Amino acid sequence: MRFEGTAHRYGRDVDTDVIIPARYLNTSDPAELASHCMEDLDPTFVEKVQPGDIIVAQENFGCGSSREHAPIAIKESGVSVVIAKSFARIFYRNAINTGLPIMESPEAAEAILDGERVAVDADEGTITDLTTGAVFHAQPFPPFIKRIVEKGGLIESVREQVGK
Amino acid sequence: MPRPMTITEKTLAAHAGLDEVTPGQLIECSVDIVLANDITAPIAIREFARIGVDRVFDPEAIALVPDHYVPNKDIKSAEQAKIIRDFAREQGITHFYEVGCMGIEHALLPEQGVVGPGDLIIGADSHTCTYGALAAFATGVGSTDAAVGMAVGTAWFKVPASIRFQLTGELQPWVSGKDIILHVIGMIGVDGALYQAMEFTGDTIGGLGMDDRFTICNMAIEAGGKSGIIGFDETTRAYVEGRTEREWTRYASDEDADYARTVEIDASAIEPTVAFPHLPSNTRPVREARDVTVDQVVIGSCTNGRIEDLRIAAEVLRGRHVDPRVRLIVIPATQAIWTQAMHEGLFDVFVDAGAAVSTPTCGPCLGGHMGVLAAGERAVATTNRNFVGRMGHTGSEVYLASPAVAAATAVAGRIALPDDLD
Repeated sequence: MRFEGTAHRYGRDVDTDVIIPARYLNTSDPAELASHCMEDLDPTFVEKVQPGDIIVAQENFGCGSSREHAPIAIKESGVSVVIAKSFARIFYRNAINTGLPIMESPEAAEAILDGERVAVDADEGTITDLTTGAVFHAQPFPPFIKRIVEKGGLIESVREQVGK
Repeated sequence: MPRPMTITEKTLAAHAGLDEVTPGQLIECSVDIVLANDITAPIAIREFARIGVDRVFDPEAIALVPDHYVPNKDIKSAEQAKIIRDFAREQGITHFYEVGCMGIEHALLPEQGVVGPGDLIIGADSHTCTYGALAAFATGVGSTDAAVGMAVGTAWFKVPASIRFQLTGELQPWVSGKDIILHVIGMIGVDGALYQAMEFTGDTIGGLGMDDRFTICNMAIEAGGKSGIIGFDETTRAYVEGRTEREWTRYASDEDADYARTVEIDASAIEPTVAFPHLPSNTRPVREARDVTVDQVVIGSCTNGRIEDLRIAAEVLRGRHVDPRVRLIVIPATQAIWTQAMHEGLFDVFVDAGAAVSTPTCGPCLGGHMGVLAAGERAVATTNRNFVGRMGHTGSEVYLASPAVAAATAVAGRIALPDDLD
C-alpha cells in the first residue's frame, strides 16, 4: 500500500472527544461523522483535508473513548494514513480492525511539519518527507495483525473463517 | 510447570487454552461476556450483519446496555436505541436492559452478577476495565471487536506486560478510591501505562470496599492502561457470593511473577485530589485549588455513581444548601442504586440541599444531555475525563474529583473539602 498526501500535524494526546465530539455520536453514518472530524481541535480540518492526506501526531493519538466513530471519521474524511509517535491502545486496534492504516514512527512524527508533502510505503514501512527528502522507518506490524490489515479489516478476516 | 505469571497472564492463558503466555504474545481468547452500549452497539450490529452468521454465539454471553443517550435525548438517539432493542429481541439477548431497569453499564453488570472473578470480558466502551475490580480481565474494544465477539465468541489480544502499584498505609480523611487513581494518573501520565495492565496491590487496596475498587479500575484507561485489576480476596468474595450468576474462577499472581515495573506508593501521603482541565493527569491537591469557582457539579457516572459515593455526598450535604450560583446534578448509576438511595433517605438530603436527582444515564459525563456546559462555564464532576469539550462547549472546563470534594464544592461554590464548610 502506497499513499501520498499533505501532512496535517497535531500534538500529543489527541483524544477521541476532539476527533469526533460526543454530541455527534447520536449517528453512526460515516459521511456525517466525517463532516465533524477533528472539529474541536481544528475546525478548519474538514475544509482543508484532501483525499490521500496524512495526519501526523505525537504521543498517545486517539486516547480516551473506545468509539470506532473516531477511525471511521478519519478514514471517511479522506485521510490515507495516520503517523504518530504512539497510539492509544483501543484506537490502535480499532484502526486495524476497520482498515485505517496507521504507522508508529517517533522520528517521522517529530520531523514532518504541517503542510509538507509525504509519501508512505506501508509494505516497506518507509515514510518519505518529499519536502525535505528525509526517509523514516516505521515499526512493521506483527504477521498476525498484518494478516487482518491485508484482508481489509477484522470482519473480512473472520468472514473467511466462518465461511470455511 | 508453567512460568510464574501475573493474574492477568493467567486469566488470558486460561481463555486462550494455553498453559502459559508471555507479554507481547498475540493470542486468540474465548470471551465470557461481550458488552456494547447505545453508541457502540449500532455499529457493532451493522458489522455483525456482514460476518455471515445469523445468530449470536451465545445469547446469554452478550450484554446490551443503552445508557449514554437514554432515556432518548432526541430523534437520532431514539433511532440508535431502537436498533439495539430490535436486535436484542430478534436474537433473544438475555442481558438487555431497557429504561426502567437499566443503569450505567459498568455499575450495572457487576451489580447484576453478569460479570465475575476470572472472567474475560470485552466491552465496546473504554471503561470496561472497571470489572478488573472483581479480579477479572476486562478491557475496552471497538464496535468491530464487539461484532466479532458476538458472532464467534472470541477476541485477539497482545498479552500486556503488567505494572504493579503497591499501595501501603492508612488513608487520610476524605481520601477515596478516586483520589488514589487520580494520584496514580498524575504520577505516570495519560499514557503512563500504555498497552499495559495495571495491577493494584497492598494493604491500602485490601482495606477498600468494592465501590472504591471499581472507581480505581474504572480509570485505568485514563493512564492508557489496557486493564486494571485487583486480586481476589474476602471483600471480592462477599460481593460476588449469591450475586454472580456463573461459577467464578480465582486466579492470583505468583509471588515471583515478572512485572514491567513496581510502583510503591505511600497511600497515607495521598491528599484529596482534583484533575484540572484538560487532562486527567493534570492533578493538584485540593488545597491548591480552592480559588476555582464553579457553575455546575455532577455526582454520578460509571466512576462514582454507586451507593457509597451517594452516601458520602449525602453526608457532606446533610443540613446544608448548594451555593445559589451552582447547579448540582446527582445521578445514581443504576435503578437498584437509585432505589436504595431513595429508601435510605438520601434523596431528601439531596433535594433539600437544592440538587436535581436524575434517572440513571451517562448523560453529562460526555456532554450528551442532562447537564451540558455553555462556553465559559466550569464544572466539578466525579466523572472520568476532562478533555476539551468533554461536557459541552469547547470553551467550558471540567475538574475531576471525588464525591466528597464534589459535594463540598457544590456548597462552597468553589473547590473545597468537606472540612472547609461551616
